[in-house]
Amino acid sequence: MSIVEVTDLGHTYGTGRAAHTALGGLSFTVDPGELVCIVGPSGCGKSTLLRCVAGLLRPSVGSVSYRGETVTAVPADLAVVFQDYGRSLLPWRTVAGNVEFPLRDRGLSAAERAARVAEALSWVGLADAAGRRPWQLSGGMQQRVCIARALAYRPAVMLMDEPFASVDAQTRADLEDLVLKLRAEADMTVLVVTHDIDESVYLADRVVVLSRSPATVVETLKVDLAGPRDQIGTRGSEAFVRLRTEVARLIRR
Amino acid sequence: MRAGHDRAAPGVTWAHLGLAWLVRRGLVVAGAVLLWQVIASGADNPFFPPPSRIASAAAQLWLSPLLVTNVLPSLARLLGGWVIAGMAGTVLGIGLGRSRMVADYLEFVLAFLRTLPPPLLVPVFMVLCGIGPTMEVTTITFGAVWPVLLNTMDGAKSVDPVTTDTARVFRVSRTRWVLGVVLPTALPKVFAGLRTSLSIALILMVISELAGSTSGIGFQLAITQGQLDLPAMWSWIILVGLLGSVLNQGLVLAERRVLAWHHERVGAR
Ligand SMILES: Nc1ncnc2c1ncn2[C@@H]1O[C@H](COP(=O)(O)OP(=O)(O)OP(=O)(O)O)[C@@H](O)[C@H]1O
Ligand SMILES: [Mg+2]
Repeated sequence: MSIVEVTDLGHTYGTGRAAHTALGGLSFTVDPGELVCIVGPSGCGKSTLLRCVAGLLRPSVGSVSYRGETVTAVPADLAVVFQDYGRSLLPWRTVAGNVEFPLRDRGLSAAERAARVAEALSWVGLADAAGRRPWQLSGGMQQRVCIARALAYRPAVMLMDEPFASVDAQTRADLEDLVLKLRAEADMTVLVVTHDIDESVYLADRVVVLSRSPATVVETLKVDLAGPRDQIGTRGSEAFVRLRTEVARLIRR
Repeated sequence: MRAGHDRAAPGVTWAHLGLAWLVRRGLVVAGAVLLWQVIASGADNPFFPPPSRIASAAAQLWLSPLLVTNVLPSLARLLGGWVIAGMAGTVLGIGLGRSRMVADYLEFVLAFLRTLPPPLLVPVFMVLCGIGPTMEVTTITFGAVWPVLLNTMDGAKSVDPVTTDTARVFRVSRTRWVLGVVLPTALPKVFAGLRTSLSIALILMVISELAGSTSGIGFQLAITQGQLDLPAMWSWIILVGLLGSVLNQGLVLAERRVLAWHHERVGAR
């Protein structure tokens, strides 16, 4: 059974002449433990879709169900890495304080919280920045703080909206592999929005390609690459090149 | 982070810089007092006493028991009214700022109430509470609450929508949302309000004591004026000024501590 089920989802912002339809009725599912990438042109409605899946935005039509139940509020074991990472961090808290913030109301002891924060920060390579403030960090570092915060929360489902947009190529590759590793270890379900076609193929079990605004599903591609993913081997493989060409063709349509 | 530390040239310590600042300020003040002395001595008008006479009157007054028996009650009323106003303004401001509907309806009423000159409240509360500390504290509270209330409302409204979404996603408890997100967001504005309301509180303290009281700085002002003891009156006026600047300086220092992150962040831009 799928863990996330999106059915005929449509959303229109505003009413009357100012109305703008961002989602034009789209359906797809995500299975437990699966990593699904959503790719689509800029402004097509990817963030809107993610907000609906997270239960942050009530869709105008259609529905999202989570573990078989219609989403009306944010599910308990779901985390989001927001596209506007800078605005998502609290400037009066340190980096570690930001990662710890969501753990405060989870009934964890101070020691457990500290351990989770330290672990998550070391995963994203920010152990040294724990005591700094978000606004003292570069965009890419802030983005990694947001990823660490979501990981420390240990969600069953993680939604990521352009999570690696501001980091350099090497860090990006490291973070991609980190997500793949943690997904396998913790049996996490991950939904990643990205505009990077190569990244979507490298990460995903399936790629959902969206059309231009208002977004609909153009096609869902199964990514069947042999063996564990590897930044150099996988990206050079024939199957990879074939898939990325296919995705690029679908987006351009 | 950076700002400040490398401003001092090597070998110059903070103590030196502080001293230099004090000396410079002191020179300006000394110059002004000297000018006043020259003009007032030249004018030779009993209603315009020179600083030297005020200083001797002040020395006499401030060493007498009158200082404690009048400054303490004034200070208690001032701080009492201001602290109540600050707390009520912050709590109400956060509540109103976060509930769009209430704020929309009340915005106009609040804006109107704020434009009323606070001294108008003195006769109102004199009738309502009679003469005494209750009247004074109520007047100060009521006059000083508006800047805090309106500023806090403004600040509480300005929580970023992405921050709101973040708190919702991570299911932050209501208390933590209010104390850990809304309050810190509003805090720079709260302090701006507190500074304005401190000066209003000082004004209302003096006015309410002038109007009806049996102790306090304002009461002494009225008495010395009645006795035409102008140097003594001036020394009370100077005391009000000193009190105001000491309290304001204290508030500024408190703000620097509490809002260190905010000032560093603005400075780092
Ligand atoms: N709160 C809102 N009110 C009105 N229109 C909105 C709102 N949020 C988004 N939109 C509009 O909906 C459309 C889809 O926005 P969305 O942010 O979902 O796109 P996106 O695919 O995430 O874009 P990007 O690739 O730039 O992140 C855009 O045209 C945008 O202008
Ligand atoms: Mg987006």
